[in-house]
Amino acid sequence: MLSLRDGIFTGLVVLVTLVGFVAARWGNANLRHLEEWALGGRRFGTIVSWFLIGGDIYTAYTFIAVPALVYGVGALGFYAVPYAAIGYPYGFVVLSRFWSLARERGYVTSADFVRDRFGSRPLEVAIALTGVLASLPYIALQLVGMKAVLMHLGGAFAISNGELALSVAFVLLAAYTFTSGLRAPAAIAFVKDTLIYVTVIAAIIIIPAKLGGWGHIFAVAPKPLLVPKVQVAYATLAFGSCLALFLYPHSITSILAAKSKEVVQRNMSLLPIYSLMLGFLALLGYCAIAAHITTKDTSSIIPTLLGAYFPDWLAGIAFAAIVIGALVPAAIMAIGSANLFASNIFSEFRHGRGHVDAHLSKLLTLALCAFALCFVIFVPTAYAINLQLLGGIWMVQIVPAFVLGLYTRALHPAALLLGWLCAMLVATAMAASTALGGTGISPNITFTFFGHGVTAYIALYALAINLAIAVVASPLCWAFARRIATRA
Amino acid sequence: MARARYLLLLVPFLAYLDPALYNRIEPRLFGFPFFYWYQLLMVPVTSILIGCVMILGRARR
Repeated sequence: MLSLRDGIFTGLVVLVTLVGFVAARWGNANLRHLEEWALGGRRFGTIVSWFLIGGDIYTAYTFIAVPALVYGVGALGFYAVPYAAIGYPYGFVVLSRFWSLARERGYVTSADFVRDRFGSRPLEVAIALTGVLASLPYIALQLVGMKAVLMHLGGAFAISNGELALSVAFVLLAAYTFTSGLRAPAAIAFVKDTLIYVTVIAAIIIIPAKLGGWGHIFAVAPKPLLVPKVQVAYATLAFGSCLALFLYPHSITSILAAKSKEVVQRNMSLLPIYSLMLGFLALLGYCAIAAHITTKDTSSIIPTLLGAYFPDWLAGIAFAAIVIGALVPAAIMAIGSANLFASNIFSEFRHGRGHVDAHLSKLLTLALCAFALCFVIFVPTAYAINLQLLGGIWMVQIVPAFVLGLYTRALHPAALLLGWLCAMLVATAMAASTALGGTGISPNITFTFFGHGVTAYIALYALAINLAIAVVASPLCWAFARRIATRA
Repeated sequence: MARARYLLLLVPFLAYLDPALYNRIEPRLFGFPFFYWYQLLMVPVTSILIGCVMILGRARR
């Protein structure tokens, strides 16, 4: 017999699965065309886009990991708030420009733009590979978020560490993404975000009241402020992560699905509402400390906290919200990476391809989902977390080619490629060196400049190298290209 | 001066990227240390600034 909690949970998850399949009929489109399947025909208005983009960048893993980080390290974990807030003014400028170019020239991915602007296949492949490599562990981490909830629910949900329920949910996800394309996560995002807002608002009203108020919760928090030497780390983590926020393939996919530049701009102004919610959610990490929740597996603190303080029916809604919150971004990430693979790595499609067949992208989506599932089942969670951190650092390295490329043609593709390659290698080496202590990868590294130790986000050190090489090597490459041209 | 409105978009960066500005407990608001309520408050401020840039851009056309 199902309990009320498990009944509501199961009911909501079944409901969104049906919504995912029915979404194929939305707008009566021919889903064999790539633009219809992968970008919803580029027809989403302000409200659909708001749910889609919000559902895409604030994922189940975010909801589990951000409070867990605050629980573990205190104030430093709050960098998620400035990170997501400054992402929007940056996105407002950069994405408006990218959206307009993409509409004019028919781009489906960021690498499409890079190919068109620089005419360089190697650079296009480099940009596409970065996106795919950063996305795969991210998809896997969505499963980790789901697993945390399934394990908490126990019973049939937790059979063989939750892997049975996880596999069922993911096979269904792959099936409706294959059938409906981007319309599936777009439709489900409505349900997901409504449930998430209900959960978070209830949590920030109910939980602090039962724990003696925010004043008390902050009073027992062990690290409510940044120690002075991590201030630079805090700022660089926020800034570096913000640079990558909209460069991920899943963000690009949901941005390009907007029907006009105004829709993109309006969303940059309205999406910070999600960041506010995330900020309060992060503080639940302190609530967990005040509630004396102790655990080795920090990803279980949010399910434990909600399970302990919510009435059964509300806990059912909250757990469904987290699981559905994993399915939406996982679907968009799979679509975004499949597009990069199909368009830019296999080079299946040529330019100006509004009506090309989506077949290859659809099959690749299935393959990516299968890969992510295997990854979570066979590889320890710590690897996925480390790879996702590394993915964020890698993603920043496409800034020179993609973001600067939107504004200038001064940089030479060979110089950009060399900068990218060096930065990827240096960043990976730095990250690996932080893992030597055996506690996993740290996103920050300390270097001594003129006798002062500076701890900062690895992605920014690597970006500095990346930019320096691109700027210095570009004039040399152009001069070399001119000499060859005059000789011939 | 046509693009001066974009300078508003720098405000959130200045407000957030020097943690020394807000890394303190007092003054508190509803039990929240300054560090937290300041950063939470800057989120809707960022939202409004972006909205202003958008509206100013539309008014020019």
